[in-house]
Amino acid sequence: MALEVVKPGLLTTIQDLGRPGYFHLGIPMGGAMDRMALRAANLLVGNDEGAAGLEAVFMGPELLFTRDAVVAVTGADLPIFVDDVEQPGWTALPVKAGQRLGFGFLKAGARAYIAVSGGIDTPPALGSRSTYAIGALGGVEGRAIAPGDVLPLGQPSGKAKPGASVPETLRRKLGAPTELRALPGLYWHRITEAAQRGFFADEWKVAPEADRMGYRFRGGEPLEFVPREAPFGAGSDPSNIVDGCYPYGSIQVPGGTEPIVLHRDAVSGGGYFMIGTVISADMDLIGQLQPHMPVKFVEVDMETALKARADVAGMMDRIRAALA
Amino acid sequence: MKTRYSFGGDEHIFVEMDEEMSLDAFFKSISMSNAVRDSGIKGVTEVCPANASFQVKFDPDVIKPDAMLAELKKLETAAEKAEKRMATRIVEVPVFYRDPWTHETLMRFRERHQDPNGTDLDYAARINGFDTVDAFIEAHHSNPWFVSMVGFVAGLPFLYQLVERERQLQVPKYLRPRTDTPKQTVGYGGCFACIYSVRGAGGYQMFGITPMPIYDPTQKISYLSDFMVFFNPGDIVKWKPIGREEYDQIEADVAKGAWAPKIARVDFDLDAFNADVDGTNKKLMEALHGA
Repeated sequence: MALEVVKPGLLTTIQDLGRPGYFHLGIPMGGAMDRMALRAANLLVGNDEGAAGLEAVFMGPELLFTRDAVVAVTGADLPIFVDDVEQPGWTALPVKAGQRLGFGFLKAGARAYIAVSGGIDTPPALGSRSTYAIGALGGVEGRAIAPGDVLPLGQPSGKAKPGASVPETLRRKLGAPTELRALPGLYWHRITEAAQRGFFADEWKVAPEADRMGYRFRGGEPLEFVPREAPFGAGSDPSNIVDGCYPYGSIQVPGGTEPIVLHRDAVSGGGYFMIGTVISADMDLIGQLQPHMPVKFVEVDMETALKARADVAGMMDRIRAALA
Repeated sequence: MKTRYSFGGDEHIFVEMDEEMSLDAFFKSISMSNAVRDSGIKGVTEVCPANASFQVKFDPDVIKPDAMLAELKKLETAAEKAEKRMATRIVEVPVFYRDPWTHETLMRFRERHQDPNGTDLDYAARINGFDTVDAFIEAHHSNPWFVSMVGFVAGLPFLYQLVERERQLQVPKYLRPRTDTPKQTVGYGGCFACIYSVRGAGGYQMFGITPMPIYDPTQKISYLSDFMVFFNPGDIVKWKPIGREEYDQIEADVAKGAWAPKIARVDFDLDAFNADVDGTNKKLMEALHGA
């Protein structure tokens, strides 16, 4: 009743929809970076949307099934093989005990989500199976999967419909150019008007330092600060603040040079100023960005942010309806 | 002190009590964040207190951002009037200053430091006007500290020393953050001390290391069996300097389940503290040593 890890891929972790409630102690919510992709994969195999699956970065794992199951792969676009036969993505695929799931080279996106009927049934930690590697929490002993790991599976619901797939129109587009919508705020007033305009006008590129904690960007002009006398306890650099909380999606710019957008495994706080926050509707998109991809930040107001959030929720509803 | 509100995207509100650090700002922040937690406002999903600010995470499908902001503002006046008292605990944390492990690390990352020719302690002592490192270390551990925030990574406490501003120690962070910091390093940045709960990246100056684990996701350590994180905002800490022998002994005893930190229950009153800093600290120490 399990899944054996033959090859782990580059960095493959168990993720569900995370463990909100412990951010005040520095433990982030975690969970799939592209939540819509994980939800869709779970629906395809008849699981609850929040069941634990695998998040594979840039490269897929090789997995051996020890029981019959239904599997689905969503998110990043990479060739999917059951034994040596190529299979479609975003589709419920029946597999037999003894068959292997494997992958070819990445074509677009960054993270593939693999859901298996019954879900991965490793022991939850603080209410979630999500792997938070920095804190050695969740997943398999708090780490990415490794060769020889045996991942237990839960009881399938029997609701999977082999062959069912998510219509093309309901898959979010992968690939450049990407626009990330952001609401200015927090310490936005610390930079000059010219720097404020420049941040949204410049083209940025995803830096190699891009992971579950956050995505770094480079290539835009350094931000010019409004002069100040450093507040007591903040530190002397103009980008320092008295250590405070960081929102998920917040854009900090240490030294005013390279923006970092915090993601699901965010550090919960620190001493760098933030100029705003990527809106909740666009957080999933970040999880599919590859290093060196061009990105533009687009300024929006709250009304637009809420409308975008409703649009994403509507898209998820249509996925549910299509698979019902 | 002027409270400032700002939206962090469509799911967070950031509330800053003051731009600068003070115990007044901390107390106002913690009483207001407690008030938010107790208020039962529908749609609030997380309340995170920080040093002189706090953050509320909410579900905008349940409560609109503007309505959430209005609810928060209603709680501000009450927080201002709240008693600045706290029933808490004082914990003795052993520290091995000038230990070999942080020394090895700080030498490895010397080119990222303001002063490549000394150690982090040499530098901190000098820029704070101390003649010797020993005198600086004494200033670091002779008064108790307040845990003003828990975060960054799992269970990491930020601490603020319970002395007047004139006696506060201040150091900048590394010029560029290190990619490695030993687990349980006692660090310093701005006016804050911290204990690195896990090994990893860090930008704080490194003064020493504690043999006391403060985060254990496996919950095997005796005093972390109820919950994996040791510290809460509002805890009071007294550093106790130790040498190599005692460090090794505590580490071995922790592994055997035969060691737990010394803890005493105390009340902390900010007005009493402001009226008599040394007298208040003396009482805290008496409570600890009576434990």
